[in-house]
Amino acid sequence: MPTQKNNDDRITLLQGTLDLLILKTLRLGPCHGQGVARLIQRQSEEVFSVDHGSLYLALQRLEDKKWISAKWGVSENNRKARFYSLTAKGREQLMEKTGE
Amino acid sequence: MFRDKRSAEDFAEEIKAHLALEADGLKNEGLSDEEALRRARVEFGNVRATQERFYLRNRLVWLDNLVRDARFAIRQFVKNPGFSVIAILVLALGIGACVAIFAFVDTAMLEPLPYANPDRLMSVNESEVGKPLWPLTYPDFRDWQRMNKSFSSLDVHTGAGFLLRTGSGAVPVQGQRVSGGFFQTLGVRPILGRNFNPGEDRLGGPNVVILSYGGWLHRFGARRDLIGQTLDLDNQAYTVIGVLPPSFTFALAGNAEFWVPINSLSTHERTRNFYNFLGVGRLRDGVSLPTALAEMKAIAAQLRQQYPAPGRDESASVVPLSEIVVGQVRPIFLMLLGGAGLLLAIACINVSSLLLVRSESRRREIAVRRALGATPARLVQQFITEGLLLALLGSMAGLTVAAVLMRLLGGLIPKDIADNVPFLEGVELNAHTVIFAAAICLLVALLLAATPALRLSFQKVRDGLADSDRSVASRLWRRLGANLVVIELAVAVVLLAGAGLLGKSLYRLLHVPLGFDPSHLATVRVAAPDTMFKTDVQVDNLYQEIERRVSSLAGGESVGMSSMLPVECDCAIDRIHFPPRPYHGEHNDVDERHVSAAYLSTLKAPLLRGRLFTKADDDSKPGVAVINQELARRFFPGENPLGQRIANDEGGRPSEWEIVGVVDDVREGPLDAPISPTEYFTLNQTHDHSFSLVGGFAAMALVLGVVGLYGVIAYSVSQRTREIGIRMALGAQRSSVYSLVMRQAGWLTVAGLAIGLVCSVGTSLLIRKLLFGVQAWDAATLGCVALLLAFASLVASFVPARRAASVNPTDALRAE
Repeated sequence: MPTQKNNDDRITLLQGTLDLLILKTLRLGPCHGQGVARLIQRQSEEVFSVDHGSLYLALQRLEDKKWISAKWGVSENNRKARFYSLTAKGREQLMEKTGE
Repeated sequence: MFRDKRSAEDFAEEIKAHLALEADGLKNEGLSDEEALRRARVEFGNVRATQERFYLRNRLVWLDNLVRDARFAIRQFVKNPGFSVIAILVLALGIGACVAIFAFVDTAMLEPLPYANPDRLMSVNESEVGKPLWPLTYPDFRDWQRMNKSFSSLDVHTGAGFLLRTGSGAVPVQGQRVSGGFFQTLGVRPILGRNFNPGEDRLGGPNVVILSYGGWLHRFGARRDLIGQTLDLDNQAYTVIGVLPPSFTFALAGNAEFWVPINSLSTHERTRNFYNFLGVGRLRDGVSLPTALAEMKAIAAQLRQQYPAPGRDESASVVPLSEIVVGQVRPIFLMLLGGAGLLLAIACINVSSLLLVRSESRRREIAVRRALGATPARLVQQFITEGLLLALLGSMAGLTVAAVLMRLLGGLIPKDIADNVPFLEGVELNAHTVIFAAAICLLVALLLAATPALRLSFQKVRDGLADSDRSVASRLWRRLGANLVVIELAVAVVLLAGAGLLGKSLYRLLHVPLGFDPSHLATVRVAAPDTMFKTDVQVDNLYQEIERRVSSLAGGESVGMSSMLPVECDCAIDRIHFPPRPYHGEHNDVDERHVSAAYLSTLKAPLLRGRLFTKADDDSKPGVAVINQELARRFFPGENPLGQRIANDEGGRPSEWEIVGVVDDVREGPLDAPISPTEYFTLNQTHDHSFSLVGGFAAMALVLGVVGLYGVIAYSVSQRTREIGIRMALGAQRSSVYSLVMRQAGWLTVAGLAIGLVCSVGTSLLIRKLLFGVQAWDAATLGCVALLLAFASLVASFVPARRAASVNPTDALRAE
């Protein structure tokens, strides 16, 4: 069914964009999910509002792919938070994608 | 891949942390604690949905559901052990019977010929008017072999018995004499030693023997050094040259262990009127059966012109070898497979109706699930899982049943049939059987899933939730459930009628007048090889010695000898004529029996005219014969046969015999064959088919059918408890409640029986070849079956009717 296929394509495209944004954000250094959300929003000058649920699922997806790694830590205001950082593999992917 | 799998709890923890961080940020902007947290939540969106998406990520949703459905189904089964055990047991019986019978059919019909390209192998023989298959004479065979172009090879075989001399005396053994290319034609190579060499089957060739694997194993301990050694068969030395593979069987040779080339011929065998050799040919590539048949017919016609003789008007027959080998057992197996299939149908219907009953009581559960958002597809999936699980458990139990049944069935095959179909010994659970079982399992699962799913689609959520609205459900139930019972009863009628007819056939067969008194008769077989008893005097001495020794045994009354035991077969056929009547080659074929003087009196065969043989009828006197009544009736109608003469022409030596007596028709041939005319100067045994199995199926069908009817009636009564209560509160008598329930049961029974009777006439016509002395529409049998089932279903519906009638109106009104 053609419609179904188009739909799938669009989702892949969006996912790819979000993944790329996350990777770009993490290039600056390790960050927790809430921070990533804020940064993406700020970078796009509040135009691009990230659905937080989708963001966490995207983070999980990237972690599953071993492009980023995560560990629990403590935030600047002493809150428990899960910190994400770019892996070598993730850096490679980012170079590849932005180099294109 | 699955290691370090992150838990859903950890993910929830992260979201919680996110919300706290977010709230902190908002608080810094001056919001109150509560407001900050609320805003953070709003911003995040649906936390639960995100968690669910996290849970579903990387999961095969259907598998997940399947596992959950299976767990739920198992819980349901465990909670209702009565239902589960009965359903699985019923399915196991049905599936087991089907699989076991299939294993036999598979072996008998799909792989009876363990040879290379078995479909190219043909039975090539003569054919006669009224006798489609007639063995070849040796000279004809050689001519056919030389002249034909249709077959890449053509060979013959004929049975042979030997006396094998062993360390502990002489043992009679089974063998076959075959022409030299026999094994090449079949495409069978010895696993040890070699095949016959060219020339070894020429007249005067060397005495060599190839052993069957079984013979080599059991008689010679599978000694490899046996090749090249000599054996003593009939006082002659035979060199062992080969051993056949274990998979080799040749159905037409029974259990032959010693295979020798045909390199010496008796006087008879040299003539063109001693039909004793069965031909097997392999069709050349590209030659079709009709082409080959046409060619062989032309050759036969040419030979007939070349060697004219009175009575010689045979033609040729070419039939696939598989046809000859399994022709006899095929209808029996197909019938049994049909029976097993019907039994499985009943089993499925029974379990379906049980499931239907259960789905009825699960209406509320299903309605609640639907109200909570389960899609119909999701609900149907649950039913399919349950059906699949039930079918799976049933099939596993069924395979066990099948394994047991196969062993039992193997023992049920009559010995004479078993000898002709040695491949049946290899019946076991194999890949074919298991695949078949899996297919059956799937079919059953679909059926079991379909019933409640079908039921589901009729139902409205609201009705289900209300649960008091009985009328919709019970109307549906009655429509579906009642139809099932009608089908079930009809199938039971078909099975019972089939079993009844076969049973009656068997009874008739066992009560065929034998023409002799079989009580207190004991038989002994004696083999006397020509090579050891060369002269008539030697043979006579042997007979006298046997007679003397057997009569001296304690308890013996009299001793008789015959070339064949009674009721064995219409074989050893002699073509006779009656001088001085002119003879133009008419087919006056009669059974020929060589018997001792005391034989007919030992059988207590009633003498109708003249006299029996006496000791005085020996070589010094003119030949005398006793004939049976059938021979007298057919060839001497309205005449006194005594004093008439019979002439035959064996091995080119014309002989004449004077008829001195007429005995009643002793059954020489099979019980189900018409009486053949018989001349006595010879001898013979029986076969009966295993009807007990169909009887077993029928008994199971009866029980299952009655249980099904009981279930349906009992259930519909329980559905109507409230209605019955109201009726009784309004003054209905117990008797009218009885009649209400019984009327419903009565209609179902009548409909089921009527349909079943019509169908069973149809199926009986299908099996009429297996019937003997009974018509397919035998009224007595059908009537008995109908009565039996009607009575059984009456009992089955009486119990629930009684329960309905004893309902206390107050309780009934309060129900639900």
